[in-house]
Amino acid sequence: MTTTLPPMPDERGHFGEFGGKYVPETLMPALTELEAAYDAAMLDPTFRGELDHLLRTYVGRPTPLTYAARLSAHLAEANGARGGPKIYLKREDLAHTGAHKINAALAQALLARRMGKQRIVAETGAGQHGVATATACALLGLQCIVYMGSEDVRRQSLNVFRMKLLGAEVRPVDAGSRTLKDAINEAIRDWVTNVRDTYYLLGSVVGPHPYPAMVREFQSVIGIEAREQVLAAEGRLPTVAIACVGGGSNAMGLFSAFLDDPVRLVGVEAAGEGLEARHAATLSKGRPGVLHGARSYLLQDADGQLIEAHSISAGLDYPGVGPEHSWLKTSERAEYVAITDVEALAGFQMLCGTEGIIPALESSHAVAYLPKLVAGLGGNDLVVLNLSGRGDKDMGTVAAALGVTL
Amino acid sequence: MSDRLAEMFARTHALGRPALIPFVPGGWPEPDATLQIALAAVAGGADALEIGMPFSDPLADGATNQLAYQQALAQGVSVPKVLAAVREIRGAGVSIPLLLMGYCNPLLAYGMDRFVHDAAEAGVDGLIIVDLPPEEAAELEVPARAAGLHLVYLLAPTSTLDRIALVAAHASGFIYCVSVAGVTGSRTALSDEVPAFLARVRQETDLPLAIGFGISTPEQVEVMGRVADAVVVGSAFVQAVEAAPLERRAETVRAFVEGLAGRDGRAAATAD
Repeated sequence: MTTTLPPMPDERGHFGEFGGKYVPETLMPALTELEAAYDAAMLDPTFRGELDHLLRTYVGRPTPLTYAARLSAHLAEANGARGGPKIYLKREDLAHTGAHKINAALAQALLARRMGKQRIVAETGAGQHGVATATACALLGLQCIVYMGSEDVRRQSLNVFRMKLLGAEVRPVDAGSRTLKDAINEAIRDWVTNVRDTYYLLGSVVGPHPYPAMVREFQSVIGIEAREQVLAAEGRLPTVAIACVGGGSNAMGLFSAFLDDPVRLVGVEAAGEGLEARHAATLSKGRPGVLHGARSYLLQDADGQLIEAHSISAGLDYPGVGPEHSWLKTSERAEYVAITDVEALAGFQMLCGTEGIIPALESSHAVAYLPKLVAGLGGNDLVVLNLSGRGDKDMGTVAAALGVTL
Repeated sequence: MSDRLAEMFARTHALGRPALIPFVPGGWPEPDATLQIALAAVAGGADALEIGMPFSDPLADGATNQLAYQQALAQGVSVPKVLAAVREIRGAGVSIPLLLMGYCNPLLAYGMDRFVHDAAEAGVDGLIIVDLPPEEAAELEVPARAAGLHLVYLLAPTSTLDRIALVAAHASGFIYCVSVAGVTGSRTALSDEVPAFLARVRQETDLPLAIGFGISTPEQVEVMGRVADAVVVGSAFVQAVEAAPLERRAETVRAFVEGLAGRDGRAAATAD
């Protein structure tokens, strides 16, 4: 591997004007302690060795890179004689627990154990990060408490049951919009209160430094593998790397390997009911501000109060975004687009029908942008799409949206 | 310009007692309620008043203040209406120090420079922004200092000596010491680590120290007042305001503050 590490963040955790540590004083020593423990762990061959071993033998890494032949042919039809790109899917849906979330959950749980913290708190939206955290805690014998908005508890009852089976305590959060944003508030309140013996296992590249950099590092295995795999398959780099963006961890995992390459990076946000209606397209329609410990783009009103986000996909239903994505946007290194609920459902069905893969609704947003992306590409181009999770958890939501009674 | 905070601490030090600082969200329970609450608190013996700026995601606050902020926001109260309440309080002749407490994002939306200008003009003496540690505070600290507004930083029992020194180097007015690792809200028992914590802080600074978070009863005020220069009573004061019937709010708030200050009938009888 010759991938150069990205130059961001700086030592204070800033990505340009974004990022930082906007937290109550009680947490500042905990962040310093976490930074030191994380830096030491990354330099320790024993830690890296144990993580690599578990990623191979427990998570099932490396995940495959699948050439989507029928999807590619289907999308190329609209381009006529110009042809369309070959589309490759990075199969994070095949990782244990069904999504990329396990990569960072397992790594952080190992770090927590190394720090001597036996109590883990986490937030979850769709429940995928909660399930991944509960899984890692079961594997390592750690206590696990997951905060989840009561609206999400209702929407994702299957994942709530999975977490309980895995030994986690799920605490519904009734405050605010009762979704991911409020679950993070409550997890942080728990962490502030129990900071001496508790590790906050954040699920995305959000929050105060060092979380955005650390979670990116633990998800970078996606991009490192995908880059090697596409080079092995095609002998060249892709034209485009594309992924969905809620908080943005699967996208940063993919993008991080290509930051120094001549590869277009495309992040797909959730446009919900449309960009002029209720949506979760933070980078497309938001303004910079401070939420959950970091400066980044936010969906907020004129007074700086957060606006409730909306997406059919609970995992994208968040009015913030990781600070590195804000920096990649303003520095124009990456481009960010948005896909509506209706378009995402069409993408979901397209992948089911052409490839026999049922994607998560989150990942379906990236799939749904392919027709627009392909229109600007030709037969010599290559696309790597991060299929961040599988769609089993979304059967109820999709059936309801399609008017089917199960 | 006169420094109301310095004058307050000079007075309370001379009297040999801690300053008593109640906290209430601005524009709550009704958008126009803050003036009446402030006047009642002053009548009850409050030495300063902390006014909360409502925020949608107050992650350092417990359930009581979260709910009050939500109610205020639902009635359209944000930074502009809190500043209007401060102007109203000053217009009524209230001369105690007024402190605004809140979170960073509403100030960014208002514009940091404009906020400092408008707050100083309204008669605010200091700012307590709970998610703005010194590392990130330059954009507020620089204009605040120029405008003569105190930027009050917080310290917690978890703060290391390095952090205490850093905060002491940036702080002005006083340092707000958090009594426990945790969020705001009443607690039946306070940590016994507070005296040692305040002693650690005093090794690094001569600034007055306020103690807050979880202090709710006259007994707790009395105990904390032995080691701190000021005692902040937040959620318990909010609950007292909330519990008071509207027509009796002024006298209820006044009596509650008198009780905290140890100046109610019972305490007065034993004090002399």
